[in-house]
Amino acid sequence: MPSENLIEIRDLSFSYNARAILKGINMTMQRGKVVAIMGGSGSGKTTLLRLIGGTVSPFAGYVKFDNQVVHELNRNALFKLRRKMGMLFQFGALFTDLSVFDNVAFQMREHTDLSEAMIRDLVLMKLHAVGLRGAHQLMPAELSGGMARRVALARSIALDPMLIMFDEPFTGLDPISLSVIGSLIRRLTDALGTTAIVVTHDVQESLQIVDYVYFIADGVIAAEGTPKEVLETVKPFVHQFVHGEIDGPVPFHYPAADYQADLQLEENFV
Amino acid sequence: MQRTTMDLWVGMFVMLGIGALLILSLKVGNLGTYGAGQSYDLVGNFENIGGLKVRSPVKSAGVVVGRVTDIQFSLDTYDAIVTMRINGQYTFPKDTFASILTAGLLGEQYIGLDAGGDEVMLKDGDKIMMTNSAIVLEEMIGRFLFDKAAEEDDKGF
Amino acid sequence: MFKYLVSSIRHVGHGVIDSTWRLGYASRFFILVLLKSTTSLRRFGLVIRELYYTGVLSLIIILVSGLFVGMVLGLQGYETLQKFGSESAVGTLVALSLVRELGPVVAALLFASRAGSAITAEIGLMKATEQLSAMGMMAVDPVARVVAPRFWAGIISMPFLAAMFSVMGVFGGYLVTVVFIGVDEGSFWSQMQNNVDFRIDIVNGVIKSCFFGIAVAAIAVFEGYDAPPTAEGVSGATTRTVVTSSLAILGLDFILTAFMFRGIN
Repeated sequence: MPSENLIEIRDLSFSYNARAILKGINMTMQRGKVVAIMGGSGSGKTTLLRLIGGTVSPFAGYVKFDNQVVHELNRNALFKLRRKMGMLFQFGALFTDLSVFDNVAFQMREHTDLSEAMIRDLVLMKLHAVGLRGAHQLMPAELSGGMARRVALARSIALDPMLIMFDEPFTGLDPISLSVIGSLIRRLTDALGTTAIVVTHDVQESLQIVDYVYFIADGVIAAEGTPKEVLETVKPFVHQFVHGEIDGPVPFHYPAADYQADLQLEENFV
Repeated sequence: MQRTTMDLWVGMFVMLGIGALLILSLKVGNLGTYGAGQSYDLVGNFENIGGLKVRSPVKSAGVVVGRVTDIQFSLDTYDAIVTMRINGQYTFPKDTFASILTAGLLGEQYIGLDAGGDEVMLKDGDKIMMTNSAIVLEEMIGRFLFDKAAEEDDKGF
Repeated sequence: MFKYLVSSIRHVGHGVIDSTWRLGYASRFFILVLLKSTTSLRRFGLVIRELYYTGVLSLIIILVSGLFVGMVLGLQGYETLQKFGSESAVGTLVALSLVRELGPVVAALLFASRAGSAITAEIGLMKATEQLSAMGMMAVDPVARVVAPRFWAGIISMPFLAAMFSVMGVFGGYLVTVVFIGVDEGSFWSQMQNNVDFRIDIVNGVIKSCFFGIAVAAIAVFEGYDAPPTAEGVSGATTRTVVTSSLAILGLDFILTAFMFRGIN
């Protein structure tokens, strides 16, 4: 009997060149849910995805995926684990030297012994799911940003993963593409029965599609809850974030020395 | 780019490359004259080899029949042991005469083989008994001057 | 003054430590690529694909340059040799220069700027656009899947390209001296064949080009993989590939020549 929780994160800490990025994060993600991780730019959201995918190792704490502690796995086991994950990179990260079809077929060819005819059917099914079956012969350079994102989405579900991670899926998209991607994320997770993590700072779009939200600020979880709870919250940070206010708990200024002292006004006049 | 066209181009590329290597070996180089490995070695002792080097040609009647492959100094006889590899299609009688000659006045030095009349032919590893050393220009001039001086002396008395 | 001296010494030390560290890092990467080459040898289709991009697409520049270099050699060689009445040796001059030196070296220099820079730019851009990370997340090792095939394609194409360069050069020399100027065709070829030795000249030339191939391919894939993931970083890495490869080729050429031809003539 598999446990209800696909991912458990406990006391996770990570620092980059002595700069602490995550300071003791605790998260739990149930199977079949869409979870959003929000936070300002540079708050360590992408690092969190990398830790789940095992491309970097934590400083302390652990990530448990499907009852396996990710950073304790050896290379082969880690690669086996990653086959159960799909990841959509910020700008799609399609292989520019392969056609749309070959991009989606990439993992099937690398990891399975399926016949070419079978792969063809599967790829067309995946592309149909994102509405781009007709574009399978195009090269990535011929796609618009939104289309590239959808192809990347089709590629990330190629092997029917247990978890799909979306790294800022809404960045740089027009409103139509944005809602298309948003609804695709929800529909595909429901249809495939997978779990999804959406890292984003697009509050309005993501609150419509997710089941649960975590806010990260300064390397810790600042707030969490269902979209409804988040919208009604009075916590200053979340309020600032959700409503996009310029100053608040997240200051406008990067921490600096005293302005006057920094400009060295006195010394210059000596 | 279709996979098959790419394969075709790469195939052509590799064939061209191998073709170029073959042309280099056969047309530009002397692989053809190695005679597909059919060659035999002869050895000769020379008092003085002058400017002879490894890879210098061995000629008979002006035709290149082989090359010098090794030059050693012998501690037994205090002369030079020259090994030459002769093309398998040429055989020479036992009493062949080997001399170190110079192409032109200042050209490269080579070994000239003058065939004798013996009915027994030289085999692989055989030694050429009759050799003639290189002519060293300084020695020749020195001897000439010495002879001249001697003549003058004779006249004086 | 003293402060300036200390800071410049520190500068030198910093440079030495930095470049040593980088060299060690590059060597480690080189070994890593070798260790992960089994995939590309098992799935040779990947290498064939890269052979197309590195080898076939370099053909035009190699063949045309070879032809012109040979023609110039023929012309210059003839001008000089005819003063000494030995213009029939022009075939030897052209062939020996090409087979021993110019073929491997110039072909490698052209290869570094044509294919080496392309390899660096491609890998660097794949890194910058997160394609390599995406591949890693798909449980496919980017070093085995992307780097190793390009590395081997570079090594395989180099000797072929160098040989084609030399052949085209000899043909160019033949065109100029025999066809245009009128040097005797028989003596052109026979002098050449008498003086170009298969084992000493041709085999050593091919060995040289193999070494150059390894150097260029290794530098190109390393610079690409190591490039900072920005447009600036990739363009800098591409330049470094061409500069470092060219220096490596010329330096290696001196070392190899010293080993190969010393004491023969």
